[in-house]
Formats: sequence, structure tokens, C-alpha cells
Amino acid sequence: MSREPFIIHSGIAAPLILDNVDTDQIIPSREMKTVSKSGLGDGLFAGQRYIAGREPNPDFVLNRPDFRGATILLSGENFGCGSSREHAVWALGDCGFRAIIAESFGEIFYNNCVRNGILPVQLSQENIAGLHRMVTINLPEQTVNNIAFDICEGDKAMLVGGLDIIGLTLQNEADIDAFETRDAGRRPWA
Amino acid sequence: MPRTLFDKIWEQHRVTTLDTGEDLIAIDRVFLHERTGSVALKSIVGSGRKVRRPDRVFCTMDHVVSNAADRDRNSARAPGGDIFITATRAAARETGIHLIDVLDADQGIIHVISPELGIAQPGLTLVCPDSHTCSQGALGALATGIGSTDAEHAMVTGTLRIRKPPQMRITVSGKLAKSVTAKDLALHIIKTFGAAGAKRCMVEYAGPAIEALSIEERLTLCNMAVEFAAFSAVIAPDETTFDYLKGKRFAPDARWDAALSHWKTLYSDDDAGFDYDYEIDSADIRPTVTWGTSPAQAAGLEDVIPAGTDSNQRAMEYMGLKPGTVLNSIGIEGAFIGSCTNSRISDLRLAADILRNRKVADGVRAICVPGSTAVRRQAGEEGLDAIFKAAGFEWGTAGCALCFYAGGETFAPGTRVISSTNRNFEGRQGPGVRTHLASPAIVAASAVAGRICAPGELPDVA
Repeated sequence: MSREPFIIHSGIAAPLILDNVDTDQIIPSREMKTVSKSGLGDGLFAGQRYIAGREPNPDFVLNRPDFRGATILLSGENFGCGSSREHAVWALGDCGFRAIIAESFGEIFYNNCVRNGILPVQLSQENIAGLHRMVTINLPEQTVNNIAFDICEGDKAMLVGGLDIIGLTLQNEADIDAFETRDAGRRPWA
Repeated sequence: MPRTLFDKIWEQHRVTTLDTGEDLIAIDRVFLHERTGSVALKSIVGSGRKVRRPDRVFCTMDHVVSNAADRDRNSARAPGGDIFITATRAAARETGIHLIDVLDADQGIIHVISPELGIAQPGLTLVCPDSHTCSQGALGALATGIGSTDAEHAMVTGTLRIRKPPQMRITVSGKLAKSVTAKDLALHIIKTFGAAGAKRCMVEYAGPAIEALSIEERLTLCNMAVEFAAFSAVIAPDETTFDYLKGKRFAPDARWDAALSHWKTLYSDDDAGFDYDYEIDSADIRPTVTWGTSPAQAAGLEDVIPAGTDSNQRAMEYMGLKPGTVLNSIGIEGAFIGSCTNSRISDLRLAADILRNRKVADGVRAICVPGSTAVRRQAGEEGLDAIFKAAGFEWGTAGCALCFYAGGETFAPGTRVISSTNRNFEGRQGPGVRTHLASPAIVAASAVAGRICAPGELPDVA
């Protein structure tokens, strides 16, 4: 179950510059209609993206002609906070998003992105404000246009390699077996 | 070298440190529910991989189950929700994990039943694809919410790959006032630090005010750690914890003494270092209610809504409120007592004490959904259900219920609801529904008054 590697990506960046955009907003619970990781794109931002009768809301950024086909989302502080629902990331992926650039992220959402080949980039508010429409992200070089960003080594390797995290960890199976044997002696009640 | 409680648990579970700097951390318990666990289980079955230790994986049904008194094993509160229930049941059977099904005597919200059954224990690592898993740090466990893929990873490999988070200690000094509940403490902390204020830290709650809390109160406090961006929260286990766990269904039995002597080593050493170390004075904490669409947008009941930033402005528009409004002047049309934050027996007793011989105000729809089937049973034995019903509350069967809208029945758009839950996000309880978070005591009093109201404001009953 490997993913599309993330190396260099250029695309349209849509600004949704708000703080605390929670995963209930990214995909409301009522839009999680299937026991599946795919087919969730229709529910993305459903509370704001549609008006009565599921017509597109012309004021919502993703419906504006300039940002149609956006593959990068820009936002504020604490993006993806709230519910752990990985459906938020699956819905973003289903709609073609490859990266989210925000001031900070909800912890679980951040990890969910990395597990699904979507790059979360943390930049300052000032640097995000300087990004206009076309943006190029170079993950090996860790730059957005010419701005440097930080990412931990493991997350970067996972994204650049398009790796399957479970397969990767199973390479350490001998370590896990040895730990469990030791641990069963130390904490037999656990 | 002095170590924190978290350092100790982390080190006891570190399988290895990977080249990339992450640690491979052994996971003792995985808990699942039908909403997000179903995908993880289905994906394991589909991939041909195996659950490494099925005896360490527990699953219940809480998120989309019906809360009607006459529900059957497949009844959902959301249209199409039954497929989550049936798919979870089938995958749970196929993988051989513990399943606590809809009609079982132990069914309930995972963060209510896991402590109730003694599944959460001091020093264990416990994960669940649910952000409120941090609740269970109340027992001294390393408990944290994860995504479905990481849940699959934990089940297949028995581990998680995690960068060790930074650590924060919040010491609460003094003694909480009698009118202040654990929910008020949680809201006060989030308001003080901000919705991103815990900076991905493992937060240890400490100090005399924390030590004085019951386990149920500690669960309420730790439950809301995710609402200010904590990695999780933890409280050092003590006699209160040990007394609580003794005799529970999944607590150590034959090996109780060995477990107990280990648990007694789980505390932060005197000189242990934290990346952030803060103190909060109990004297500063009052009954607190939210007015906005983030749990950090909160204030005392007699305070006014502040003016200010753009996000305040947006929140006020959604909430239909103006700066300068005094919180306890705001009328409400809905009241909900339930959720993993506040649906335990102590919460229901507190609310019932206020509702006894009183009636819900005209025009207010009030609902109580106990957090577990055991809590509901206990409430029945104590006659609390009769008090709720006589006051005009609807009385549901256990589950997450109106904490979040799953499709299906909810309050009408624009309805203002006072709620003992954890999230006041836009649309969380239904499209256009306006949520004010508060303690069960304030929810009960507000339901009676028809406005946001402290219990002390209600006229005496004969």
C-alpha cells in the first residue's frame, strides 16, 4: 500500500486563512457515509462549500474560478484540530490536495496527513501571507517557493519514499518480539 | 537522573529508537469504535495482515448507535449508520478481538467504559482512533488519540512510531471552590492557554487541587486536553486510582500486588524537568461557559463577551451574539447532558440534585444520555432517571448521542444549546446549532431557568 511519492509539487494554493479549522469543518460527521477510505471528497468542507440543495456556494474559496483545481491549501493556526477522523485527510486527498501550509496543526491530523501522502508544512503567518496562487514545494530541499521549512526526518522519508508505514515497521519485527518477551517478564499483569 | 512520570512510562515502552529519530513505542491496549475503528479493522482484513494480539484489542459501539430506549442491535441514529455497526461487528469477529456490542451490559462510550471495566490502568499505553482518548490519562496511563491508519499500525505491529513530545506540567494549587467542577477547571485552563496553548505537549496535571479530584472528575479534566492541542494529559496514579480499579473486570486480579507495587513508582521525581511548568491558583477559577466556537472562547457566567479579533467576530456571528452581552443573560432552547466529558454517574447525580422538584423551562428541549449502559442502570437504581423525566428531560440509552451531529435527528438550525460536551465548533451539534459548553450542573440549572444560569441563582424549591 505505497503512496505517490512527494518530491516537488507545483500547484494552485487556495487561501482559507482562519485559525482552528477543525476536522468537523473539513468533513462533517454526516458526510462520513461509507466504511471506506475513498469516495469522501464530496463531503469536503460540506458545511461551507454548498448552499441549499447542495449547490456550490460561490463565496467559498474552493468554488471561486481562480482556485478551481487547487492542490495546496493555506490556513492559520491549529489547522485540523478536533476529531481524529482520518476521513478529513482522505477527503482532502480525494479532492486532489497534496499539501497543507499552515501556522500549526492538530497533532493527530498532522500524522494522518503524513500517513496518506499529504505534506503538512508549518510556516509563519507572515510567510503564508506572502504566498499567492501558484506555489512550488520542494520536499527534499524543504522549501516553499524560496522559504525554508522544518519537517522531522521520519515524516520526510515517509513522504518522499511514498512508504507504507506498517510495512516499514514490520522490518523491526525481531525487535518487537524481543521487547514483548522481556516485557512479559517485567509486567506480567499488563 | 530525575524523570517525569511520562519519561518513565515512555522508557518502559520503548522498543527501539529508529534512525529517523522517532521511537517505536509498544502499545498495550487498542480501543476501537464503529465510526473510525471499522475502517481500520476492515483494512486489516482486506490487506491479509493479522492483529498481533487480539486479546489486547477492545471494540465498542458508541458513535452512531441509536439512543432510543427500544433500540435493537443494528439501530443507528444516523441514516445509513447501521453499516458502520454491522461492518464493525463482522470485522471484530473475524479478527477475534474483544467486542462489547450494542446490547451488551457493558456497552457505552469508550472513554466511559474503558475506566469502568478497568481496561485503562496506570502505566499502560493505550490508543484509540478517537481524539478524546486523552481522557484515560486520568488513571495514569499514556493514552492518546490517533488516526485509523495508526490504529491499524498499532494492531498489526503492537507499536506506534512517535517522536517523543515535549512536556508541560500544570500545577493547580489551593482548593477548588464548592461551586467549581472539573469541567469549569478544564474550560478555565483552555481559556487561559488558548486553543493551541499546550503546544503538542504531554501535559501532567498536578498539585493539591488535582489530588483532591475523584477519578470521574479527573477523566473530565483530562478529556479536554485535546481541546488545547495537548499530545495527551496524565495524572500520577494514587490511592484514589488504586481504590477505583480494585475489583474491576479487566484490572489485575491474581497479580494485583505486583501491579500495585509497579504503579506506586509512577510519579514525577522531585527535580524532574519539564519544557514548560505553569501554576494555576484555584482561587482564580469560577464556573465557566463558552460563548464562541472554540472551547477557548469562554468566560465566567457573570462576565461579558469580549470584543476583539477577527476570529471572535466570526464566532459571534455564528453564535448570534454581540460583545458586551453578559453570559448569564443569554436565553437557551436546548440542553444536553452526556458525552465522554460529562455523562458518568457523578455527573448525573449532580444534575439530578438540581432538577429534583424542578421543571425544565417552557420552550426548552432537554436531553440526558448516560455515558454507559452501566451508568444508566445505576442511575435507575438510584431513581435519578425518574428525577430527570419528571423535570422534563428525555432519557436516552448510552452512546455519544448529541455531542456531535451524524445526520439524523438533532436541534433545529439556530437553536441555542447548553451542553455538557467538549466541542462548540460550528455545526458540531447540527447545521447552524449554537453550542455553549458547560458543566452538567450549569446545564441542569440553565434548562430550568431557560437561560444560561448557575445553580445558585435558582429560587429554592419547596
